[in-house]
Amino acid sequence: MSEASPVKAYALHLGVVGLLFVLSFLLPEYYHGLLARIMVLAVFAMGYNMLFGYVGLLSLGHAMFFAAGLYGAGLAVIQLGWSVPAAFAAGLACGVVVSLVIGLLALRTTGVAFMIVTMMFAQVFYLLILYFATWTGGDQGMVVPQPARVLSFGATSLELTNPTVRYMTALALFSIVLLVTLAIVRSRYGRVLVAIRENEERTKMLGYDTFSNKLAAVVISGIICAASGAAYALLFGYVGSSFASVQYSILPLLWVLLGGAATTLGPLIGTLFMYYVIDITSGYTSAYLLIVGIALILLVLFFPKGILGSIRQRWLGWLP
Amino acid sequence: MHFGPHLLLAALEGLVTSAVLALTALGLSLVFGVMRVVNVAHGEFFMLGAVLAWAITTAIGGHPALGFLAALVIAPLIVGAIALVAERLVLRRLNYNPEATIVATIGMLYIIQQLALTFYGPEARPVEPPFSYRILLPWFGYSGYKLSVIAASALLLTATWLVLTRTRIGLVMRATQYDSETAQAFGIPVGRVYGGVFALGAMLAAIAAVLIVPISQAHYLMGQDPLLLSFIVVIIGGLGSLRGTVVAAVLIGLSDGIISMFFSPTLAKIIATLLVAMVLVFRPQGLFGTRSR
Repeated sequence: MSEASPVKAYALHLGVVGLLFVLSFLLPEYYHGLLARIMVLAVFAMGYNMLFGYVGLLSLGHAMFFAAGLYGAGLAVIQLGWSVPAAFAAGLACGVVVSLVIGLLALRTTGVAFMIVTMMFAQVFYLLILYFATWTGGDQGMVVPQPARVLSFGATSLELTNPTVRYMTALALFSIVLLVTLAIVRSRYGRVLVAIRENEERTKMLGYDTFSNKLAAVVISGIICAASGAAYALLFGYVGSSFASVQYSILPLLWVLLGGAATTLGPLIGTLFMYYVIDITSGYTSAYLLIVGIALILLVLFFPKGILGSIRQRWLGWLP
Repeated sequence: MHFGPHLLLAALEGLVTSAVLALTALGLSLVFGVMRVVNVAHGEFFMLGAVLAWAITTAIGGHPALGFLAALVIAPLIVGAIALVAERLVLRRLNYNPEATIVATIGMLYIIQQLALTFYGPEARPVEPPFSYRILLPWFGYSGYKLSVIAASALLLTATWLVLTRTRIGLVMRATQYDSETAQAFGIPVGRVYGGVFALGAMLAAIAAVLIVPISQAHYLMGQDPLLLSFIVVIIGGLGSLRGTVVAAVLIGLSDGIISMFFSPTLAKIIATLLVAMVLVFRPQGLFGTRSR
């Protein structure tokens, strides 16, 4: 399938990155800012897709990985006064720790129990943020001060509050994660993950240690989601408990389902599409949760494979 | 007030919570037990019950008891009908696939919640209790209505238990739960049983909500806590076991009442949620449940 066309696949992905780069100069200001945000959230969706799409583990608690990065980076800047790269690293580290612990516990369960357990751990995480309001700002959240959001290399410094810098940083993160994801799913390890999704017992019988492979996938997924959260805190300057709520565990699921689970570009398409639908409908109604609800039901009923999944099935079999 | 009476008050409050929780959780447990569907929208059926109770009592007016009785009958019927439609239109078409139905019920949750916000509004509104008799204990007066909620819940739970164990309908439901394919082969209309069970589950949540709404007000977000607590109860009690559900509801309700009276409610929730997640990880059949099929 994808074996035949490594060039084609990489060309397509580099093309998407190039297109996003060019769009930076063409888009009007409002959509420019929106797209930067969408790229950061698409990273979140890609992290979710890693676990849901390729391993077939449906988690209802990914908000906690996003929030681990968000608060890890945000608290490092606000409370400890760390620099941007150090804070980003702190966010990633928090993501690794949280996903490792959650993975070790939650992977003892399967199916429905896995969904409920992840949801409950995420709820605990959310309540802890509210409980330690002295440090986390509770449900008010915190603002990362503008002067702290500067990337400095020796003499030159880049202000992350500048729209172009922000867009390019978001694009850089997005491209790295996209290409890493592509490399992972095309690798031997990626094949093992898909094998686990298709038939775990048989994969085990073939001699693969499915538990540690799944655990690695949870941690990779956790790191990617934490990277998205850390970037969100540093680029957009807001750290709030709503990002840890159940809703932010559901949203990546929706984006991935919409774009197409187990497709590398699906998360971007899903996030983009959903944002535009909400943007358009918000002109008519404030009830955007209604749209989310209807979209979820229609998707599972009629398009369980999502946009790119359907395209791959019908026309482009080589799509990674 | 001394520690003893304080504890008694906390325990009474806890029992009221338990009573409502047991009914709500029983609905969730039945749906999961028979259909293997995790209904994330269950809390919204609860909320709908409360909101409808407000609407019905306001529309009828007159003596509070009149409106309340009407609400107790009509609200669950409407909620049951909505659940039945949702089951026919969505869940059945998904062939009750566990993961797809979770996503679909999440969708229902958002739709119901948003519609309640649009048509009912963000305010919390009170419903007058049907009677306002206070029972005077030596240390404090206690609402007679709250005690009657406990009694009503016990009555309903017993009735459900009798239906499940002593009637033909209960037998059909248990047969479907035990092995739906064999049940189908023996001529049980499994599809109709599923529809009925889903509606019944929603109705139990709605009845619980009508009972509680004179104590706590009707609000469009009120379904969140009962959902989480019901999950906790159902998991601790063992998925699909009625006796376990009731025992767990009393346990959780009492400890919730007592812990939140003496410590922070957030801390109580954190501890309860974490404990339950651990139960699910290390003892998936529940503390009281037998091996699940």
